[in-house]
Amino acid sequence: MAKKLISVQVNGRRHEAAVEARTLLVHFLREELQLTGTHIGCETSHCGACTVDLDGRSVKSCTHLAVQCDGSEILTVEGLAVKGALHAVQEGFYQEHGLQCGFCTPGMLMRAYRFLQENPDPSDEEIRMGMSGNLCRCTGYQNIVKAVQHAARKMRETATV
Amino acid sequence: MIPARFDYHQPRSVGEAVALLQRYGTEAKVLAGGHSLLPMMKLRFAQPQHLVDINRIDALRGIRLEADTVVIGAMTVENDLIDSAVLQREVPLLAEAPKLIADPQVRNRGTIGGDLAHGDPGNDHPALALVCDAHFVLEGPAGRRSVAAGEFFLGILTTQLAEDEILVEIRIPRFAPGTGWAYEKLKRKTGDWATAGCAVVMRREGDRIGHLRIGLTNLAPVALRAEKAETLLLGGDLGSARLESAVEAVMAVCDPAEDLRGDAEYKTAMAGEMLRRALHHAWARCA
Repeated sequence: MAKKLISVQVNGRRHEAAVEARTLLVHFLREELQLTGTHIGCETSHCGACTVDLDGRSVKSCTHLAVQCDGSEILTVEGLAVKGALHAVQEGFYQEHGLQCGFCTPGMLMRAYRFLQENPDPSDEEIRMGMSGNLCRCTGYQNIVKAVQHAARKMRETATV
Repeated sequence: MIPARFDYHQPRSVGEAVALLQRYGTEAKVLAGGHSLLPMMKLRFAQPQHLVDINRIDALRGIRLEADTVVIGAMTVENDLIDSAVLQREVPLLAEAPKLIADPQVRNRGTIGGDLAHGDPGNDHPALALVCDAHFVLEGPAGRRSVAAGEFFLGILTTQLAEDEILVEIRIPRFAPGTGWAYEKLKRKTGDWATAGCAVVMRREGDRIGHLRIGLTNLAPVALRAEKAETLLLGGDLGSARLESAVEAVMAVCDPAEDLRGDAEYKTAMAGEMLRRALHHAWARCA
């Protein structure tokens, strides 16, 4: 059960590492790469706290093996802000109070990031469906919907400039 | 939670994958989307010594039309079913129903083939395959064979799939013009399995039902086709006496397991209600 060598691009940086086949992507990110922004919640693919962007799709990194990611591009919450400037989804959650305890927030941000590329001008209902793989036990979701709308507006404005 | 140790294999062809299954037999498991198997491995409900990951076999993905048959690669993920123009046009039930499966992230990984081959009565594709008259193509050391959906599911987590076979394709006749369809799934929340689910495919001949398939999700150890209810409704309309006799026939074949979603009596009653809704919905969509 030798380790396997994988090469992955995470937040724009190339990493090569030898991983045990049973290592889950979330543990690889947190323990091998020290990127602890991605949280471990339910560990059974229900809660969405561990959501990251993998080759342009949202996935739950607790239910994906690191060894499967050889050659992949991954974006985690640490890769959202550029030179200290918050990404629109981060600004939205900040401005609209889209969090209380913050545990679900990295997953929420990463899902919102991808969702708004899939649907740049969503209705509130579409946001609720698009974000339905992420659970929050604090906010009651109202402010999360507002936060995603805030980000959507900002991204549309920026896109038209 | 981290799974127990295993050897990882990443075949690039079905032949290579089948050879690995032949070599390792009961010690091997096939990894598709992983959203049933990986949680089971973490919880030690499954401890394969060898994991055969078929995600890099490109030939197993994609949806195409071959004459009057829609061919779906077994490793096609749920979101790609939803987005498929071929399915939206030819078998719209299979582009619509997966929206009720799991959540957006899981639908990026979960595959139609994994959903079927797992043999979990809570999965939604078995009943959908039954009402679509699907055939499954299985590939093993001796080549390929085709099994009708109605003969594939044997019991909880048990199917016709042999240890050294892989489900490679799902083949479905395109819907005839005017076909109506519906999938009604009662669930407590996003991502839940069905408390009761009912799939219907129907065609009308004037004011009568000329073709009908009824499939039931999570109401017995396997997905059920409700043939008696179909017979009761064929050749007539959805008048209340006929409809209620079909509801009774469906409830009579239900044998659901009691769990947190409800007891057997409640689930059986909800099966009847899902049937009513699915029949009306499909009828209204018939041209």
